[in-house]
Amino acid sequence: MEKIKTNPAPFDVDAVRRDFPMLATELDGKPLVYLDNAATTHKPRAVIDRIVKFESEQYAPVRRGSYRLGEAATEMFEDVRKKVAAFINAGDHRQIVFTSGATQSINLVAHSFGKRLLAGDEIIISNMEHHANTVPWQMLRDEKGCVLRVIPVNDDGTLSMEGYAKLLGPKTKLVAITQASNVLGTVNPIKEIVKMARSVGAKVLVDGAQSVPHMRIDVREMDCDFLAFSGHKIYAPNGVGVLFGKYDVLESMPPYVTGGDMINTVTLERATFAKPPGRFEAGTPAASQVIGLGAALEYVNGLGMEKIAAHEQSLLEYGTRVLSGVKGLRIIGNAPHKAAIISFWLEAAHPHDVITIIDQDNVAVRGGHHCAQPVMDRFKVPATTRASFSFYNKYEEIDALAENLQKVIKVFG
Amino acid sequence: MSYQSDLYQQVILDHNKNPKNFREIAEHSHSCDGYNPLCGDKIKIWMNISPAGAVEDVSFSGSGCAISKASASMLTVNIKGKTVDEARVIFDEFHKMVIGEMDVATQKNHLGKLSIFSGVREFPSRIKCATLAWHTMVCALDKTGETTIE
Repeated sequence: MEKIKTNPAPFDVDAVRRDFPMLATELDGKPLVYLDNAATTHKPRAVIDRIVKFESEQYAPVRRGSYRLGEAATEMFEDVRKKVAAFINAGDHRQIVFTSGATQSINLVAHSFGKRLLAGDEIIISNMEHHANTVPWQMLRDEKGCVLRVIPVNDDGTLSMEGYAKLLGPKTKLVAITQASNVLGTVNPIKEIVKMARSVGAKVLVDGAQSVPHMRIDVREMDCDFLAFSGHKIYAPNGVGVLFGKYDVLESMPPYVTGGDMINTVTLERATFAKPPGRFEAGTPAASQVIGLGAALEYVNGLGMEKIAAHEQSLLEYGTRVLSGVKGLRIIGNAPHKAAIISFWLEAAHPHDVITIIDQDNVAVRGGHHCAQPVMDRFKVPATTRASFSFYNKYEEIDALAENLQKVIKVFG
Repeated sequence: MSYQSDLYQQVILDHNKNPKNFREIAEHSHSCDGYNPLCGDKIKIWMNISPAGAVEDVSFSGSGCAISKASASMLTVNIKGKTVDEARVIFDEFHKMVIGEMDVATQKNHLGKLSIFSGVREFPSRIKCATLAWHTMVCALDKTGETTIE
């Protein structure tokens, strides 16, 4: 095979890899080649250690204890809210709501913001959404008698902006769109999408699950009303996510989950509700996970989001060229601006057979419909194999994937 | 454990490449759409069953991985000509084999060539691939129209 030129990474990838205990693991004596970062990411030791320290030395109830330990834990917890706000350039940290993940963030908006929608109101999504940004809107449509409209996707995986323009109208109340497709990798022009939505007075929710970990995000520049993302895709633990909402929009929304912590006063007859973000954080929060998220953001800030994006783009470029050279391999999603995700169909074998065979060499990629069945239908494939990269990946790992695909072809040839 | 000796044996690869009875039966007495939501595999089983309860014809259509396709292909070859009761016994044995509750080497069974799928038990995430066609067959026999395995 012809040698493909590679860009040197803007940081020492081997040193970075040593920060991640999972990357040093082996199965049957074979090192882990982890190319499933769009599903979930590994945790650097800094995150693991931070959680251990919190759990073993600083643990206390947050936002309810008035003793010193509780106050200190609350301060650490609230400090992460400020870190998140700074990370996405939100400004006012009261616009950051902690949730269990991007899925819950979107459901929160569907249930709470959705309450104001009336029969005939229109919600726009796209044909490249994850089920988490599809099903909540279908449920809301069925409950309220709303109309759900879908922006078409072009053959190269880009969003049809002409199609979008045609769907916008006086009845459009919300546009819920992904910033980066978890299958196609396509990065959508959110700023333009928001601008167009504003012309009809619609609000915009951005699913940032696949974008926030991989590029510099500026919610004020994008001007979106909501941004949802998950902690575990940005090197933080499972069970924590974020909903950013513009303060005035959040303030106009009723509670979603109710209970303790989200009230002002409660009598046996009625309750009055706390201001955002507390209004949307009923119950004891996932404090350890939130603390872990804070450490994860510190870690990626330490590397620098621009450098992270640059290395991941180099991996994407290299991976696209290497995989394009594999016989019978068709990449699904060829947008000019992509996140570091390569989905493909291999003529020789079904994605699940691909996964099983390359797993024998401890190469981990995803096979299936990626919780995005409408995307599979759009591109007329039952499933795809998906390699997704992180800043800790090396060019050699992409070579290992390509070599393993040759093995698959040999078995099924 | 090796995928080639335990899972992707030549017989399975051959059935995947050249599946038997891979067609629709336009005039059928029984059919069912089987679906595995985890991977998106879809297999439809078509059958003609005589009033006396004999499987006169059986076929399949759909898309799926090599394991689910080969399993469907070998199912059709195996149960054609058998009675419905026999087919249900084979389903039960096949299921027990792939989930590791029956050792085909030591326990008496009616699986014959189907015992080639015994290696599937070493690959837990692939068990549903092997059983999709079989669950779909039972659904067709029960005439419930569609089934989803989870």
